[in-house]
Amino acid sequence: MKLTLKVWRQKNGKTPGEFKTYQADHVSPDMSFLEMLDVVNQDLIIKGEEPIAFDHDCREGICGMCSLMINGVAHGPKQAITTCQLHMRSFNDGDTITIEPWRALPFPIIKDLVVDRSSFDRIIQAGGYISVSTGSAPDANTIPVPKPDADKAMDAATCIGCGACVAACPNGSAMLFVAAKAAHLSFLPQGQTERHQRAVNMVMQQDLEGFGNCTNIGECSAVCPKEISMDTIARLNRDLIVASLKGIEPTVQPAKAKAS
Amino acid sequence: MSETKNETTTRTGVRSVEYVKSLDSKAPGGPIEQRWDKHRFEMKLVNPANRRRYTIIVVGSGLAGGAAAATLGEQGYNVKCFCYQDSPRRAHSIAAQGGINAAKNYRNDGDSIFRLFYDTVKGGDFRARESNVYRLAQVSVNIIDQCVAQGVPFAREYGGYLDNRSFGGAQVSRTFYARGQTGQQLLLGAYQALSRQIAAGTVKMFPRTEMLDLVVVDGRARGIITRNMVTGKIERHVADAVVLATGGYGNVFYLSTNAKGCNATAIWRAHRRGAFFGNPCFTQIHPTCIPVTGDHQSKLTLMSESLRNDGRIWVPKKKGDTRRPQDIPESERDYYLEERYPAFGNLVPRDVASRNAKQVCDEGRGVGPGGQGVYLDFSDAIKRLGKQKIAERYGNLFDMYQQITGENPYEVPMRIYPAVHYTMGGLWVDYNLMSTIPGLFVAGEANFSDHGANRLGASALMQGLADGYFVLPYTVANFLAGVKPGGLSPDHPAFAETEAEVADRVRRLLSINGKRTVDSFHRELGRLMWDECGMARNDAGLRKALRRIPELREEFWQNVKVPGEGGELNQELEKAGRVADFFELAELMCIDALHRTESCGGHFREESQTEDGEAKRDDENFSYVAAWEYTGNLAKPELHKEPLIFEYVKPSQRSYK
Repeated sequence: MKLTLKVWRQKNGKTPGEFKTYQADHVSPDMSFLEMLDVVNQDLIIKGEEPIAFDHDCREGICGMCSLMINGVAHGPKQAITTCQLHMRSFNDGDTITIEPWRALPFPIIKDLVVDRSSFDRIIQAGGYISVSTGSAPDANTIPVPKPDADKAMDAATCIGCGACVAACPNGSAMLFVAAKAAHLSFLPQGQTERHQRAVNMVMQQDLEGFGNCTNIGECSAVCPKEISMDTIARLNRDLIVASLKGIEPTVQPAKAKAS
Repeated sequence: MSETKNETTTRTGVRSVEYVKSLDSKAPGGPIEQRWDKHRFEMKLVNPANRRRYTIIVVGSGLAGGAAAATLGEQGYNVKCFCYQDSPRRAHSIAAQGGINAAKNYRNDGDSIFRLFYDTVKGGDFRARESNVYRLAQVSVNIIDQCVAQGVPFAREYGGYLDNRSFGGAQVSRTFYARGQTGQQLLLGAYQALSRQIAAGTVKMFPRTEMLDLVVVDGRARGIITRNMVTGKIERHVADAVVLATGGYGNVFYLSTNAKGCNATAIWRAHRRGAFFGNPCFTQIHPTCIPVTGDHQSKLTLMSESLRNDGRIWVPKKKGDTRRPQDIPESERDYYLEERYPAFGNLVPRDVASRNAKQVCDEGRGVGPGGQGVYLDFSDAIKRLGKQKIAERYGNLFDMYQQITGENPYEVPMRIYPAVHYTMGGLWVDYNLMSTIPGLFVAGEANFSDHGANRLGASALMQGLADGYFVLPYTVANFLAGVKPGGLSPDHPAFAETEAEVADRVRRLLSINGKRTVDSFHRELGRLMWDECGMARNDAGLRKALRRIPELREEFWQNVKVPGEGGELNQELEKAGRVADFFELAELMCIDALHRTESCGGHFREESQTEDGEAKRDDENFSYVAAWEYTGNLAKPELHKEPLIFEYVKPSQRSYK
């Protein structure tokens, strides 16, 4: 296969970026998308040019490190997979492919296609956990969890924190990411104690980081490689309403917003 | 270590030093089931009010590192945690699929702590330290409790209780799982605990930061030198103790199931600073991976071993049979594992399954492009249980397979082939998980302990979390209680010297400006290691590799091309530094493989096999841990032996028939 690539190149966060065009002439349909970029990069290096920087690690769709807007769609044209699982057989010989980084205010560009997603970590730090220290747990079978609840918790827990939801959202909202974590923990009996405080704190942190508001557009769920359902957002909104009725205030300190 | 030593030269020319008292494992004596309790009582404690005065560096944020950093933070120590990924949640533990073992005996099927201990020692082909393995089995039950409390959504039965499945090398169901994403869920549990401590201010996290060297002051590990991967800044970090939890070195082979970033730099640099390297040749080849498709291949994808619970492995009986699998009648199929190992069938341990796959492919009966594959067939299971049940158990794995190969495994059998997956070898540690450098602890896959010469499925997650949650918090405290906190400035000459060496190395790599890419060298090294130090090894092949590796390494330092600059995000520079270290480690792996003329577990020496082709151990000569010391000459490391004494599990020829 022969392809034309239009790739976003940007030296760093302070320098303006631009699209550059590259020809990829020896592409096998069995290659993954990232392997195709590897091949392009090998040629660039030999020619004395800087290779295209992109984030990746496990290359099996679970670490959440890879990203890329491919022809305007987060993780490319196929549903329910990450970019590293996308194979070139999904494209046609002669295609032109546009490749961009995630674009959102709370995901500043580091270089080329690499962005800084540490805002996601800070949202989890604001409350995306169950406060249990090592050693204080009772026997694992002490509290039965109904299988349907455990399954729903697992559906939400599969979120890989890649940020596709934010990149796809016209508002740049992280609501699906926040809701997935909130739902994962709120479906389990162990997560009940801090349920409402957790919801309030994570949403507060999301606002502090500069993510937009959710207006139920649904692009997030459509591009989610793990198919996290928008039902989780409805569940989070319910938790927020209950929290406000209970008078639960966020305990996140605005001053700590950007401290990692 | 004792000072008295006897030197001998082995047949392979390696200088061997047998210390009379040998390496001191510090494993306590007495009845094995009381050793850990007794040791915990005897270890020193640090007063809660004093803990924040101690700084602990944890490198790596996977199951071992993340769990250790979180727990040490909870206890009030001042923790600094480092990872090369953009977030601690991405460590490669996340990719583990199948499950985690624990001796809960919830199935009432005869499991016990002793049986898990027994299975692990036997599965490791009698090359692990009994005391460590027993402790691992003991704390396995606490791990499950802890993870459930954190909100890990393990699979459950309809009554709401935890479900279990069986795994290779065991005849009981003791594996807890969360669909095919167990590693992800356990890691997120540790990540959440870590996040809580970051918010509490006890842990300071350094993502996108790579450790490039260890700083040793007066014989003690006192800090690390790092490179900020975004700005390129080289930095010094001082600590009272350093924990390395940086994973394994399977990427020596270029193609492996490891993440692309997995590397050996932290442990290799520590080795060069004095930490002995234990059993470097013990690598695990996983039997169920998706076969290679071409030269562009950048990594291999594992299909969880749990698939062997319901899938049947076979090849055509005839050589070169090119018919479609569905056209080959039952009578012309060779279900070779069921045939040869009736007791364990498709659930034989990984090393046995891998070697048998290689054997049938070498006979010309392999399937798929290049004949490097065997079938893993679910048609019987689908007939028996229905498609829905199979989808429930393995849905995400089937989807992943179809994504990569374009074939639907519900309709045609999967094709699988072995691939490098895990390294049992690693830095040598004592019972306290401390290396030969005082104050340097090593946890998880990065250390050599617990799995001997072959790791059983679902035991890596168990060991990582055992080390991180339940062992290091005690043993690191015991060490710290014996030293004064702080008292060292980053301006100390040892830090300045080490930093200068690191900076110099970076400059050298950037200035070579040769003609070959880092990847091209890495591929060549990987191919050589796979051919000569992979699933089967022999004297001639290993000697060939030992001639070729230094030549290739020399060429690397003359002819590699690393574009860009040091003061920015430079992914080629990162790779170059890692590959340079793989070149050195590869040589040690071959030296170790050459010296160990027996076969054991994942280390199969063709010269040492039974009449029916199984691995033949040589307990008389090799019942020891080979701990290698760096001497300044890569070709002449010094061998130290820690004898392995089996008081509870009598070594026998492993049989899964």
